[in-house]
Amino acid sequence: MKKLTGIFAFLCLLYVLILAFTDQEAWGSNNFNLTKRIGIYGISCLGAGLLIVTGGVDLSIGSVICFCAAIFSWLVVDHHVPIPAAIVVVLLSGALIGAVNGFLVTYLGLQAFVVTLCGLFAFRGAARWILNDEIPRIAAPIADWSAFFNGSFLSISIFLWLLLGLFVAGSIFLHFTIHGRYFFAIGSNERAARYSGINVDFYKILAYVLCSFFAAIAALMDVFSISSVQASSTGNFMELYAIAGAVLGGCSLRGGEGITVGMLIGTAILCLLRNLIQMAEIKDSLEPVVIGVALLVCAIIDESLRRGLSWRDLLSAPQQLWERWTRG
Amino acid sequence: MPPHLCATGIDKAFPGVRALQNVQLEIQSGEVLAVVGENGAGKSTLMKILAGVYQPDAGTVEMDQRPIVVRSVKEAEHLGIVLIHQELNLAGDLDIAGNIFLGREPTWGGLLKLIDQRRLHDNAAKIANRLGLTIPSRTLVHQLSLGQQQLVEIARAISLQSRLLILDEPTSSLTETETARLFSVLKELKTQGISILYISHRLKEVEIIADRVVVLRDGKNAGELRRGEINHRALVQLMVGRELKQFFQRQHQAKTPLARTGIEVKDLRWLPAQPGITFTIEPGEIVGMAGLMGAGRTELAQTLFGVRRKLTGAVTIDGKPIAVRKPADAIAAGIFLIPEDRRIEGLILTDSVKHNISIASLPALSRFGFLQRSREERLAEAMCERFMVRTPGIGQMVGNLSGGNQQKVVLAKWLSRTPKLLILDEPTRGIDVGAKSEIYALMDDLAHQGAGILMISSDLEEILGISDRVLVMHAGTLAGSLHRAELTEEAIMHLATGGESRT
Repeated sequence: MKKLTGIFAFLCLLYVLILAFTDQEAWGSNNFNLTKRIGIYGISCLGAGLLIVTGGVDLSIGSVICFCAAIFSWLVVDHHVPIPAAIVVVLLSGALIGAVNGFLVTYLGLQAFVVTLCGLFAFRGAARWILNDEIPRIAAPIADWSAFFNGSFLSISIFLWLLLGLFVAGSIFLHFTIHGRYFFAIGSNERAARYSGINVDFYKILAYVLCSFFAAIAALMDVFSISSVQASSTGNFMELYAIAGAVLGGCSLRGGEGITVGMLIGTAILCLLRNLIQMAEIKDSLEPVVIGVALLVCAIIDESLRRGLSWRDLLSAPQQLWERWTRG
Repeated sequence: MPPHLCATGIDKAFPGVRALQNVQLEIQSGEVLAVVGENGAGKSTLMKILAGVYQPDAGTVEMDQRPIVVRSVKEAEHLGIVLIHQELNLAGDLDIAGNIFLGREPTWGGLLKLIDQRRLHDNAAKIANRLGLTIPSRTLVHQLSLGQQQLVEIARAISLQSRLLILDEPTSSLTETETARLFSVLKELKTQGISILYISHRLKEVEIIADRVVVLRDGKNAGELRRGEINHRALVQLMVGRELKQFFQRQHQAKTPLARTGIEVKDLRWLPAQPGITFTIEPGEIVGMAGLMGAGRTELAQTLFGVRRKLTGAVTIDGKPIAVRKPADAIAAGIFLIPEDRRIEGLILTDSVKHNISIASLPALSRFGFLQRSREERLAEAMCERFMVRTPGIGQMVGNLSGGNQQKVVLAKWLSRTPKLLILDEPTRGIDVGAKSEIYALMDDLAHQGAGILMISSDLEEILGISDRVLVMHAGTLAGSLHRAELTEEAIMHLATGGESRT
């Protein structure tokens, strides 16, 4: 709880800074763009977070997003498939990819890191192949849909509504059903979970399915948001943002820890950091540096608090380290 | 001839246990000295003190009549004392020579420290010759059989100019030919003046290989047998021979006959070359399962519970065959397991008492998959009360509780339902006396309600104290079954150490 309030305070601070760096007339449009971004990133983060709670990890999220977007455009542009049908196909392919990942991790006992690293390469390549390395003319066929999704309801963007809906569903699943409880049990101590009669393999596969399914939703939102698909850039680094958001929000990569609100706040922090860099006219190229450093600092603070250190210990730690070094 | 190594008055205590009290041990050069004793008699502790793993609280060790202090494994190796663990310590991806000289490779090229492959393999070949090893020294260790790997460990010890070799249960995973092979190597080493401390549960092997046997019991010297006196019966008598204290009194020992037939296990095997295991447990019966470490008791429990895959065998409950492929199947059939290592298999230490108690009963505590927390809390409260779990509250992290209370949480996890067969694997290990008798009372009560109970234990006192019947395992198979009337420590140890069944 202490951690949650901490990162929430950080989020608020970032937002105030953004407002300070932005012209007052631009507040509205900036807010709107921000919520769109948070919507897309938040959904992939939610999927990654659910998986991380079980002790799994998925490095293929970004490539799966690109692959799903590619399938969607191939169906809609090249084959004139009705959009609702295309959406269903894309969502199903996402779930199927997750099922395959989960199968490889549980039944074949492969390492999640390795399996999804292969996915990271393979799905990006598959997307390029499907799109023939060209940028499809998708804007026209999906114009109506993209207008709807880019709109707002009660002055909140549709993307954010979607995220909130999925967030509520994910929260109920993770924190109020026995399935969520099993996720935590498996992530904390897989062996004890197995000895308690939990169908560990099933739940681990389910976690991978959810992760890739959410990635597929994020892919559709991305396409509707910018009306474009590009094999080389769509979904780039999304897996890293998703994992970073979950970790910022209090998930432990060792599994068994995490809360959905935290994932939401973590994603928002990442998006706001990026926005702040644009607004404060810091060099765009520095953005990954800022995010990397922010994440590292959070990890250090988190680990220190976990070991029972106080803030005062933390502040004096560098000095102590320096003394030990110079003495040695 | 003065002894090569002589330890006198060795004391060692761990929190809550006096592992060794005033233990004496002498070994001549070129002698094979076997050290035997029950589980927990202090054999391993003594060996680890000699090898520098532990420091004794009191006592002295002399080598060649000079006092020595062994502060680390490295120092011990320097003195020529090498301990070879039961679990081998080899780098599987290196070859034989690389393992023998790991950390001591001959080098050239000055600071570059390039490995002198030729000298490495020449030296390895010399040592292999001494042991009569014929495998090329470039063979990777993971391609060797367990017996061959053991010889590589011994070769490493020889290369350290070892004069005292300590072998902890060296044959526990060897085949008979490999064991014979090991023995001929040991005999060869003997003629070279190397002393061997040989720890084993397998008394037959001790009879074959040992020049002298030292028996430990409850951390003290219990006796010594010389070459001509070593036989199974004499050894067992020295190993047990303890006064039986007043133990837990069963309330319901007189069994009420029930119509059900209970649990029948037929021809169960989990290893290819294993004789099938067959036994029955009647409803209301507490069956103790004795055996020495590595006899396969835990594996049997895991197989019955579906954690370990069985190769053959049938299990029936009340005449109905059940198919157990995973723990959920066993649980559905009414077989519950209280696992051996509660901290790894029984509990989620970082989670609360409440969540740990409810984890196996969640479907019953939910509606349409939604967890009903108030019911979960009521269950946890009720179970904590019934099992007298001492905890500040049900929200407390289980890792913060004492061992006894942790074990009670594991029991509470299962016993909101009545099992048909409850398997307890070392249920009272590391638990204080009060919690122990509470757990016995619970088993007694469950048996009275008609559950069959299989209690695996290395504590003979406990086995004798509360079992209606005892099954004894030895080397992966059932060595025999003893009824209450025939239950003595001697009878159990006789079977557990590979003695012939007398019935």
